[in-house]
Amino acid sequence: MASFPATFKYTKDHEWIELAGDRGKVGITDYAQQQLGDVVYVELPEVGTKLKQGQSFGTIESVKAVSELYSPVSGEVVEVNAGLKDKPETVNSNPHGSWMIVVKLTNPGETEALLDSAHYADLVK
Amino acid sequence: MEQAATQVLRKTPLNARHRASGARMVAFSGWDMPVEYSGIVQEHMAVRTRAGVFDVSHMGEIEIAGKDALAAVQRISSNDASRLQVGQAHYSGLMTPHGSFVDDLLVYRLAPNHFLLVVNAGNIEKDYVWIAGHIQPVGDAVAVDASSRYALIAVQGPESLAILQSLTAVDLAGIKYYWFAHGEVAGVRATISRTGYTGEDGFEIFLPPHASDRVWQALLEAGKRVDLIPCGLGARDTLRLEASMRLYGNDIDETTTALEADLGWIVGWKKDDFIGAAVLREQKAKGVERRIVGFEMLDRGIARHGFDVYVDGERAGAVTSGTQTPYLKKAIGMAYLPTDRTAPATEFEIDIRGRRSRARVVPMPFYKREGRAKTDRSVAPHG
Repeated sequence: MASFPATFKYTKDHEWIELAGDRGKVGITDYAQQQLGDVVYVELPEVGTKLKQGQSFGTIESVKAVSELYSPVSGEVVEVNAGLKDKPETVNSNPHGSWMIVVKLTNPGETEALLDSAHYADLVK
Repeated sequence: MEQAATQVLRKTPLNARHRASGARMVAFSGWDMPVEYSGIVQEHMAVRTRAGVFDVSHMGEIEIAGKDALAAVQRISSNDASRLQVGQAHYSGLMTPHGSFVDDLLVYRLAPNHFLLVVNAGNIEKDYVWIAGHIQPVGDAVAVDASSRYALIAVQGPESLAILQSLTAVDLAGIKYYWFAHGEVAGVRATISRTGYTGEDGFEIFLPPHASDRVWQALLEAGKRVDLIPCGLGARDTLRLEASMRLYGNDIDETTTALEADLGWIVGWKKDDFIGAAVLREQKAKGVERRIVGFEMLDRGIARHGFDVYVDGERAGAVTSGTQTPYLKKAIGMAYLPTDRTAPATEFEIDIRGRRSRARVVPMPFYKREGRAKTDRSVAPHG
């Protein structure tokens, strides 16, 4: 049984966001990494990129498939996890610890629409 | 996520075992098949370094028998079956009159006048109709679709001989590459073939369907000691691509000829007429305009099946297979290029989701296991 941190919010596209003030760390869920299988590339945006909620901010590629990464919130990319370029497999081994970008939220009200861990767990059950 | 298939998928005799074991299942060529058990990379590495076991019962088996069975096989199959001894098998093609592939297959000589053709799962009906129609004028030979009479389990990897040997009295070391023998495996009557689709040493075991689960379980038990693991079609695909084996529907099909696919070695140039012979002989004499190459990516990214290929800025074809290989840890693939651009080290470009990415022609096979006698002819089949 996968466990999804209660302190995160989730999208139906299987991203998580960990909010702290007006910033949020974004990654993909354990369920998503299981579906993808062995991750070999993570392509992330430049710092300064402006995102709208639901907009693609990068791609993640496994041996068998490519998926878009969608931003859970609108905002500006203020940090990018460059370590994933060399060690993309950490997305598999530690999905909830492998943040990809940090977004500075421009519309914090949007987070209301995200799922909490119980609802997300139901979704992927 | 995969869309639910509307058609009813076929199931191998091991289907319930795969589901009970938690394999991830996908629809493949009309079959409900395991794509991965523990993960493609882990399964791939198990086969390269230890052993893995695959259910490949979806493959089709067509038998041809009768006084003129050899002549029938010679007509429909590109390779020269007269060179097969009883107990021996080879890779071949069912060619169209244009020298392109109806399918690729393995031909086993079971008896002087009895052959077993192992064909791709998605082509069983098409092949059977093709074969039955084309052998009719040959004389006394009948083709039977015997696919439902066989389960097929592949055990592949450097430890596969030791594992399988613990379950059979057949002297496996005495079976040469691309030969086979009959005997019992775990008390079940079987035909054991030293073949595979992974580029590794290994065996494919033909079994009565009802007893296949017993052999599957016995193999897993006997392999525990060396960490043999069950593998799915995902690893089968990365393994075969690393070994440069063609996949029907990707690298070869009814639009590509044996010579374009660099498979001239499966054409029996010295034998009498066969379907496709005229075009292939002409292509051999005059040369082909395009040919398959192996490539590796110079820029980051995986070039996948169907991605456009550019030579000197002009679209020149498409990637036929591509992946990130778990063992070599490179992005590799195959594509057809204009023949004058197929020399190793030639650079070209592939459109990876809108980005032109550089690739370089490299010799095939990408991976070749150590210690194999003589030349590896990047032996092929099967999807």
